[in-house]
Amino acid sequence: MEKQISNFIRALRSADVQVSTGEALDAARTVAMIGYDDRGLMKDSLACVLAKSESEKQIHDRLFELYFSSAPAGSAAQSAGAGSESEPGEDPEDAAERLSQLTQQGNEQALATAIERAAEQAGLNDIRFSTQVAYFAQSMVRAMGGEQLQARLLEALQGRTPDADAEAQRLIDVRRTLTMTARERAERAFQIFGAAETEKFRDDVAATKRLSAIEASDMARMKQLVAKVAKRLAVKHSRRRKRTQRGLLDVRRTMRANAGVDGIPFNVIWRQKKKDRPKIIVICDVSGSVALYVRFLLLLLFSMKEAIPDLHAFAFSYRLKSVDDILETMEFDAAIKKILREIGLGSTSYGQAFSDFKMDHENKIDRRTTIIILGDGRSNYGDPRLDLFRDFAGRAKRVIWLNPEGRALWGTGDSVIPRYEPFCAQMSHVATLKDLEKAIDEVLTAYS
Amino acid sequence: MAKDKQTGYEPMTSIEAITAGLDTVGYISVSQISTAVFLAHGLRKPILIEGPAGVGKTDLAASLSKWLNLPLIRLQCYEGLDEGKALYEWKYGKQLLYTQILKEKLNELLGGAETLKDSLSKLSGFEDLFFSPQFLEARPLLHAMQQDRGSVLLIDEIDKSDEAFEAFLLEVLSDYQVTVPEIGTIRAKVPPLVILTSNNVRELGDALKRRCLHLHIGFPDHEREQRIVRARVDGISDTLLNQLVRFVQSVRETDIKKRPSIAETVDWARTLLLLHASTLDEAFVRDTLNVLLKHESDIAAVSPALGKMVREATGPDGRGRLASGYPDMG
Repeated sequence: MEKQISNFIRALRSADVQVSTGEALDAARTVAMIGYDDRGLMKDSLACVLAKSESEKQIHDRLFELYFSSAPAGSAAQSAGAGSESEPGEDPEDAAERLSQLTQQGNEQALATAIERAAEQAGLNDIRFSTQVAYFAQSMVRAMGGEQLQARLLEALQGRTPDADAEAQRLIDVRRTLTMTARERAERAFQIFGAAETEKFRDDVAATKRLSAIEASDMARMKQLVAKVAKRLAVKHSRRRKRTQRGLLDVRRTMRANAGVDGIPFNVIWRQKKKDRPKIIVICDVSGSVALYVRFLLLLLFSMKEAIPDLHAFAFSYRLKSVDDILETMEFDAAIKKILREIGLGSTSYGQAFSDFKMDHENKIDRRTTIIILGDGRSNYGDPRLDLFRDFAGRAKRVIWLNPEGRALWGTGDSVIPRYEPFCAQMSHVATLKDLEKAIDEVLTAYS
Repeated sequence: MAKDKQTGYEPMTSIEAITAGLDTVGYISVSQISTAVFLAHGLRKPILIEGPAGVGKTDLAASLSKWLNLPLIRLQCYEGLDEGKALYEWKYGKQLLYTQILKEKLNELLGGAETLKDSLSKLSGFEDLFFSPQFLEARPLLHAMQQDRGSVLLIDEIDKSDEAFEAFLLEVLSDYQVTVPEIGTIRAKVPPLVILTSNNVRELGDALKRRCLHLHIGFPDHEREQRIVRARVDGISDTLLNQLVRFVQSVRETDIKKRPSIAETVDWARTLLLLHASTLDEAFVRDTLNVLLKHESDIAAVSPALGKMVREATGPDGRGRLASGYPDMG
């Protein structure tokens, strides 16, 4: 049983549930305490010990169902296992006979046991990718004595008598049943040990893919991924709002704290520096090529409300408009569509957008504000209104410009990026989700 | 796991015993909850309970203490909670007072000393007198350690405390001991049964989570909620109970800001009982909806469909449909 538990814990770890050695020991003690007769009880108990959040509990429950669906094999393997092993020198006749016995009706338990043993011999628990399922199924059949069966089958096929034909047919059926059972078992092992790994691999690929090249079919995955990134950033940045300044006495609070002890400063309280809460204004160019990036940036930022309580979003192509209302009231995908439809028309003009911003929203900028601008800086040869931009940059904490265009293209054609660059604390090229994460991480780090 | 005879944890022999025991004090448990309590006792680990407000997280601790007849020691967390308030403090006033009273005695004792050095060395012999356990003001954590028969220690809303405090809790929770520099390490006579609750205001640290068993208490299903309300509200008729719980369950399925929890159901049941309602009707529900829903916008969101929801809750087939989870086709 210990082996079962440790394998189960390995499955959990591969599905991104952090299980420490201490917890593994606790799990073993738990099972020792409650026994493993009652499956439901065991599931609840292990969930209690091993999972540490609601989402981890869900993963745990899913894996538990998969993993312990073959639970009886654990105890049966020792008792019934001895006879079902393939011995190297075994006569093909015997092996074929033994295997066909296994596939008979009523021998399910023995078959399951044999499969379980074969799985162990084939190292099935190391399965990582779905493409390995067939390979492992083959290895399992071989471990059960598939080769002898094959030899016997060939022999029968060469017989060319009605009896031999019937025998061959029977052996083919046996082989098919064995292969199918082994395949099912391998599938399940993949679900337990490999699926999470594959997912992780796909996520890694998606995170480093150019956002503009993301296909519609990958959108769901990207959304989950963005949620993950958002959570990671939020956890990182929603903590530690204060920092003690050593050496600067907070006289008022010290006196208050020590009033009970005659004002003798037993407990000295140092002044704390309150960190600013992040305040972010995003200005997005929603024309053509940039629109896809806008989608991900907004999705990311709006998934992080807990870390960025003060967030305003504006979109423009020609005229600039606040999109907070749309994003807050509507479902995200519908909101983005609506924004693109309403604002995404007309030729881009950064100058016009900035003057709109100055007219209506200038008072939203203060020394705590970070302005994030997402755009390619292609302004159709209009006036870039550098004077306004300089003014914003002077009043805000920082201005960050995220540009989906590669650095080599900056300044070519109607791009006015190099002229804005001196006023930005940072101007970076974002192509992938990783880049976005890095950029937002840097923005928030400036507040901590 | 051998335990001393005197501990108060003896009734917790099995999961069924815990469920039955909690039942006697009016806490309707489910197997997950009882299992967590059983494991907490067996593995000597704290339980970290998460879940929406008002589903009985705090109440579990209170009920356990009532059932086991052990003191419930509660530590309410808040931002700025520090060791002094959670663990121990020196009784400065008492120390001062005793010094004043013992002044003459001290003078007498020190009178013989000729030089400053002599009196200092004499004095240092008494110093520990004023930093001894009798001048130690035990705050909840230390207090819980000092109980002879064990205790139920409830650390409520741990997510509201600072991270520094969370880190400080680790020593207490993993070894059940605290260190007072002047006295030494104080080890718990009998480890308390520790229950931490969290509303997820902030994500707790991994170190703390790792030391705890995790239990999520969600909204109860129809049957359990009925049993809870019956246990909490005396004299409620079966018809009203059934209809009311059905209504609350359907409200929870709507898209609102703050879904009503058990505490609200119980309050509402009491309200209806006070108004002598024998069955649900739309006017009654509309008038008392503010007991159940705490946000103006939620009331507004539910209001339009109120008539239909009440009809469904009072209808004969409502229960079967809700229980089997069929989508509502109107």
